[in-house]
Amino acid sequence: MNPPFAVLDPLLERAPQILRDLLTSHLPEPWRWFVNSLLAIIVILAVFGFLFAALTLAERKILGRVQNRPGPNRTGPFGLLQPIADGIKMLSKEDIVPRDADHLLHFLAPVTLLASSILAFAVIPYGRNLVPVDMDASVLYFFAVGATTELAVFMAGWSSHNKYSLLAAMRALAQLISYELPLLLSWLPIVMISGTLSTTGIVAAQSGWRWGWMPTWHIFTPWGFAGFMVFMVAALAESNRSPFDLPEAESELIAGHLTEYSGCKYVFFFMAEYFGMIALSGMAVTLFLGGWHAPLPSLEFIPSYVWFAAKLLTLLFGFIWIRATFPRLRIDQLTRFAWKFLVPLALINLGTAAFWSLSAGWSGPFHLARWAVAVALVVVPFVVMGRRLSGGVAPRTYSFAA
Amino acid sequence: MTNALLILISLVTLGAAATAMVLRNLIHSVLLLIGSWIGVSVFYLWAGAEFVAFAQVLVYVGAVSMVVLFAVLLTRRSRSDISVSPDSVSRAISAFLVGACVLGVLLYGAVFSALPVPEGHRPNASVHQLGMELLGPQAAALVIIGMILTVATLGGVVIASTGSGEKKEDPS
Repeated sequence: MNPPFAVLDPLLERAPQILRDLLTSHLPEPWRWFVNSLLAIIVILAVFGFLFAALTLAERKILGRVQNRPGPNRTGPFGLLQPIADGIKMLSKEDIVPRDADHLLHFLAPVTLLASSILAFAVIPYGRNLVPVDMDASVLYFFAVGATTELAVFMAGWSSHNKYSLLAAMRALAQLISYELPLLLSWLPIVMISGTLSTTGIVAAQSGWRWGWMPTWHIFTPWGFAGFMVFMVAALAESNRSPFDLPEAESELIAGHLTEYSGCKYVFFFMAEYFGMIALSGMAVTLFLGGWHAPLPSLEFIPSYVWFAAKLLTLLFGFIWIRATFPRLRIDQLTRFAWKFLVPLALINLGTAAFWSLSAGWSGPFHLARWAVAVALVVVPFVVMGRRLSGGVAPRTYSFAA
Repeated sequence: MTNALLILISLVTLGAAATAMVLRNLIHSVLLLIGSWIGVSVFYLWAGAEFVAFAQVLVYVGAVSMVVLFAVLLTRRSRSDISVSPDSVSRAISAFLVGACVLGVLLYGAVFSALPVPEGHRPNASVHQLGMELLGPQAAALVIIGMILTVATLGGVVIASTGSGEKKEDPS
């Protein structure tokens, strides 16, 4: 490690705390706690609000590139001011409420959705000592807060007094319930192995190196990899992203529960979707990708929050990439995929993790056998069930396409 | 301060539940019921039982509420069919009597039963200890509850299935 880095490292690493203490250290005790919490809230809102704006632009740019067109490029250099223009447009639009709508619920739905998606940011460890609220059961808190999403979508769909909105709300409920199960089952092995429900505890369980260079992140174990895949698919579905955007389905349901929303309330829905996506990605980083730990021992001089941000942005890029390249599923395919494929896989994965935990003491040739058995437990059910899922369907014959 | 908080939580919870019973619009009732469940979970938080509070939100607000909403939406009845007046005076009186008796029994049980309070030591209920307790000494109860719920789910599937092995149309 170079000498300047050795000096910089702890300084940069502790920079957020130093800045905070500069601002609040002279305050008396109860006030200091209060201002510290307030600061954390403001920073979270500012950072993720900015990330939301940047993400809308990045999404349009990347989608454009994937579809072989430039994307937004008129506002500012390279279209960089597009989010600001969009924001002004959305905020200055008229807020229309249908005459027959349930006015209170129509107003409450976007507020509930946005509030619950912001609450989820509270327990994610963004760096070393950078966790807003450190609780005993913080993983449970994260998913409990996320459970109100479906309620808000239902409220939006029902209160709009529009048949498309109501249909979309029913679809959304079916989809969110179906994918809630694999989402919850996919991280249970991690709680089993690391023996804690706290996010900081789970990140701490992923510190250190196997064989001196390979990080002991959960994704680098057979059960962790399978769990990560199930988690990401379920997260896609939970955040209503393509290819699971059936509740919105512009071409069939004219944007579903969003049909009767305009202006500021529409922005709230939009923001909540992106916040939900960011929060779920942050949770995936925490649970599977080692949180804020560096991927190599020689790269540890880079501050922990930079690593967290890099992993988060990579996952978000993956979300956008998937949106650009996958076609939308049909509702029966969607539910069948959840119940007949993801849920059994996640349940088997629980068994794999149990085996992994029981065989922790195996050494020598048994160590190799441990890996082989665990990999087989992941791959064989995947192949067998995947073939069964597409059995009778593929290869398809197209009547009208040559 | 903490007592005022408790009174506020219980007022909101009970108020939401009571309003849910009075309202004619079923969806509004369900949403208020969910509000009252959230109130219960806030009470658990107030009492320091984080794990139970979050589990309450996850199970009731996340899952049970969906079941109730589906039940309401799939019931083919328009709002005007639901008769809200009793058939006869005698039925109304007997309904009132039965309700009063149940309330009396519950109140008697709640007010007069002596709950053993362990002297001196506060139970330390961290998530870790709860898990150890549930999977150690209480494992049998957990398994039995799981069995009951599985049987209930199977029963629901049996009732819901149409019986005939109808073929879905070919998706191609």
